[in-house]
Amino acid sequence: MQHDLTLLTSLTVTAGRDKSGTEEAEDVVFRPGEISALLGPTGSGKSRFLSDIESMANGDTPTGRKLLLNGVEPDSDERFSLQGTLVAQLSQNMNFVLDMRVGDFIFTHAESRGVSDAREAALRVMEEANRLAGEPFHPENHLAQLSGGQSRALMIADTALLSWSPVILIDEIENAGVDKRRALELLVKSDKIIVIATHDPVLALSADRRLVFQNGGVKGSFQRTGREEELLGELLEMELKFSRVREALRSGVAPVLEPVHPG
Amino acid sequence: MRLITVAGPPSCGKTSLIIKTCTHLMAGGLSCAVVKFDCLQSQDDVAYTAANIPVSVVLSGGLCPDHYFATNLEEAFAWASGAQCCIIETAGLCNRCSPHIKGLMAVCVIDNLMGIEAPKKIGPMLQMADLIAVTKGDLVSQAEREVYRHRIRQMNRRAVIRQVNGLTGQGCRDLAAIMAEAPSVESVTDMKLRFSMPAAICSYCLSERRIGAKYQKGNVKKASFGKTVCNTI
Repeated sequence: MQHDLTLLTSLTVTAGRDKSGTEEAEDVVFRPGEISALLGPTGSGKSRFLSDIESMANGDTPTGRKLLLNGVEPDSDERFSLQGTLVAQLSQNMNFVLDMRVGDFIFTHAESRGVSDAREAALRVMEEANRLAGEPFHPENHLAQLSGGQSRALMIADTALLSWSPVILIDEIENAGVDKRRALELLVKSDKIIVIATHDPVLALSADRRLVFQNGGVKGSFQRTGREEELLGELLEMELKFSRVREALRSGVAPVLEPVHPG
Repeated sequence: MRLITVAGPPSCGKTSLIIKTCTHLMAGGLSCAVVKFDCLQSQDDVAYTAANIPVSVVLSGGLCPDHYFATNLEEAFAWASGAQCCIIETAGLCNRCSPHIKGLMAVCVIDNLMGIEAPKKIGPMLQMADLIAVTKGDLVSQAEREVYRHRIRQMNRRAVIRQVNGLTGQGCRDLAAIMAEAPSVESVTDMKLRFSMPAAICSYCLSERRIGAKYQKGNVKKASFGKTVCNTI
């Protein structure tokens, strides 16, 4: 049944049509452990693309795209068991609404997944979440007491380690107050297909590939080049500087003015 | 005509979801009509009319809306008979009622904000449904959505479960495809509810307002509260 998906080696979205009926150039193939960024203004077709994945489009959506698992169309049994569980989502609008202790909640989640050692799994999620969050938190804390950054860190760690879904969609998580880099490393290690909808250049460049959307269709697909990797390094350094100044200001210390690099 | 019952707690997104789903059904060539059973007041006819969906809103007033639904189903069916698909939206306020009928498609709508124990509390409205639409998932964590789904599955092994966003309409195309396959019937006379409705007929059903055992007649059930609480301060 559901466990078959651990064998997912590729997920293909076949070429469809944009809003004007123009054919897309090529199929898009996703593989576990790869990060793809979706770029384009609001209304350009990112959400439609994602909902084609989530609803396991079968030529029956306005785009005419089809979803293939490991290169083949899923049969009706597979469709029944997978529909609605293919994509795990993380976005900035999401909150924990439960009144529960963090530890108990993750344990409940692990248990619902049928994890053999739910205690151990919950501990691992706590550990990873604390590596991502700015300030540490404990299993005894209530979900509602967590800061925005702590909540986001917990959601990321939990989704990476406990979610069954083979695809993780991250929507505009740039200002979440978590260590973005570590978050991406953790997600990639989870061997899931990572898709990021973002306007943030650092996140966009962290992706192995960028899909650019226009008028409801995929306009272009770009693999990250060596030069872009260098650019990513520069941007990360700038971000580091930003966060050092932020930390200094938050703790009441005068920020150190670093000399500008000559040249 | 396809007759579909849609039940769910108040404000969980039934109306938005039905409007979005009907839009897809109508685009696919199926004419739709909606009957809304509500209690005291409802402005939902405005929303349906704005979406060009024929609607009739009826109010149960002092009666239980689900009992009112059962007593008026034949008439509702007759009203909608010109359409190919009639959706009955009911309130299901006490979470004990279930308007679902054997041989017709039964839909339950619940939202993710109700807490992970909600699927257990909702009862036959959810347990007896063929299709369960979960709304407001965009507001809660993935983990809560997954635990919620698991709890729903524990309560109902066979229903199709779908995450739907009533505001953006995400997932409603999928619902429409499922609803288009709903069984078609010529009449509802002699059909059966899937679950009995709660018994009533006590003096409060008959407008009694005074508190006290001496005013209570008819089907009166006294609860057991356990040992009397002592003052522990």
